[in-house]
Amino acid sequence: MPLTPKEVRRIAELARIGISDAEARTIQGELNKIFELIGAMQKVDTEGIAPMTHAQGAALRLREDKVTEPDQRERFQAVAPQVEQGLYLVPKVIE
Amino acid sequence: MLNSSLKDLASGLAQKKFSSVELTKAFLARIEALNGRLNAFITVDAEKSLAQARAADARIAKGQGQPLTGIPIAHKDIFVARGWLTTCGSKILSNFVSPYDAHLIERCNDAGAVLLGKTNMDEFAMGSSSESSFYGPVRNPWNPDCVPGGSSGGSAAAVAARMAPAATGTDTGGSIRQPAALSGVCGLKPTYGAVSRYGMIAFASSLDQAGPFAKSAEDLALLLNAIAGFDPRDSTSVERRAEDYTRDLEKPLAGLRVGVPKEHFGEGLAADAGAAVEAALAQLEKLGAKRVPVELPNSGLSVPAYYVIAPAEASSNLSRFDGARYGYRAKDYRDLADMYRRTRAEGFGPEVRRRILIGTYVLSHGYYDAYYLKAQKIRRLIANDYTEAFKRCDVVIGPTSPTVAFKLGAKTADPVQMYLNDIYTIPANLAGLPAASIPCGFGTGGLPVGLHLVGNYFGEAKLLNVAHQYQKATDWHRREPKALQ
Repeated sequence: MPLTPKEVRRIAELARIGISDAEARTIQGELNKIFELIGAMQKVDTEGIAPMTHAQGAALRLREDKVTEPDQRERFQAVAPQVEQGLYLVPKVIE
Repeated sequence: MLNSSLKDLASGLAQKKFSSVELTKAFLARIEALNGRLNAFITVDAEKSLAQARAADARIAKGQGQPLTGIPIAHKDIFVARGWLTTCGSKILSNFVSPYDAHLIERCNDAGAVLLGKTNMDEFAMGSSSESSFYGPVRNPWNPDCVPGGSSGGSAAAVAARMAPAATGTDTGGSIRQPAALSGVCGLKPTYGAVSRYGMIAFASSLDQAGPFAKSAEDLALLLNAIAGFDPRDSTSVERRAEDYTRDLEKPLAGLRVGVPKEHFGEGLAADAGAAVEAALAQLEKLGAKRVPVELPNSGLSVPAYYVIAPAEASSNLSRFDGARYGYRAKDYRDLADMYRRTRAEGFGPEVRRRILIGTYVLSHGYYDAYYLKAQKIRRLIANDYTEAFKRCDVVIGPTSPTVAFKLGAKTADPVQMYLNDIYTIPANLAGLPAASIPCGFGTGGLPVGLHLVGNYFGEAKLLNVAHQYQKATDWHRREPKALQ
């Protein structure tokens, strides 16, 4: 079922990507072509097929409960857009 | 030096015929001469590279050299390297100087290799032509009006143009093999889990795999020896003993069963590419291999399933680019939500935005079963096809790409046409199998054709054996682009 411009704007909002109404119309056309391609999947009977996530069926490993990382805050914050007293600064969220 | 194999470079260094500093300077000069035309590198930093070269020379002088010590290697700009600008071809990381090294970079550093530079690529590895980079398109060394393939097009072009003796790349749906084919070099995507994804900027985590580019299968094996191996920091890294990927190179091919899937020789395969692949199959038969017809009946579902799984995982992985902790942040914004929206609208290019939107949609409330879960089930069917095929053959061989390299701009207007470039390479990613592309001839316009070899899980040594024996009998991999002379 084809996407409407309204749905495209809703998805963009979920993805936190700003788009204009004109862009929504262009993107709508492109996405619908891609969903037409993806649609070929729906004709296939997959009843009883187990979904595949990892070729070797690897399970998550457990590790010993001990500290392995040193404090590297300054090094990692050196590349942040805005930092103050070791904290990342963003616009105020709570009044 | 520019045309030498890794083995010859290593012996030249060991015998003091030249130093790593001289070798590195030779490749830096080649980059300087050609990068303006090819745009294969995003970042070159001679001072940093030469410091590593001097350290390598000291190590060799002490007799502590390893096979890659002192050899310059170019890395796709998707691998973070401490102190290096690491952009992933995106505006959103255009100011990101990495504070740490990827596992693959650590491995190359430990081996004493020289980081020669960071190569250009499709933004976030999303593309098959290396045109979607924020840093402009990469050009094909065989014909600069054509694309080199993608997404690791910078690495492929760098090796083809002899700007690097070897390089690294990543392959989510064909991003090592397709540019290797279109640029006339060798590339290998290892088994999923063989090379750590730590520090490799994530696109689709269940598919992404790093691997080598080089001029020959033997060189691929040497570089793979350095980068493969277990790493606890990647939760999908497979815990197994290290292996020597060069061990089977010299095995004769007598009795080798080559599976030929009819699905990869049908409609859509260009006549020139098909003819070169047929000739390569005949050559393998001359070397003692037997042709076995195999079937991959679900192969046609690979592209649809891939364009659910890859965007879904990308939409999740790329949510980290929010302008708060690193990378680009929009200049003007009203509040936090507006900061996110503007940062991501300005920081991501059109193809990345498109894929994030597809992924967001297929993962949104009520659609999971119809899309992501369905695609994961189809993924199983595709993997099962290969399991059946490998009961009857040792390696599956076909074309890497339906056509030779196309002109810049030829497919940018229609995303679906671009996606279909990877029709033969995507199945190996979905199944998690190792696969390689090696040069096997030339098609229209004197552009290279790639031969695609898919092996069973952890069958890299077998793939490299087949490729090496083929390369001992042929010289396609030794041809150089004339367009640059």
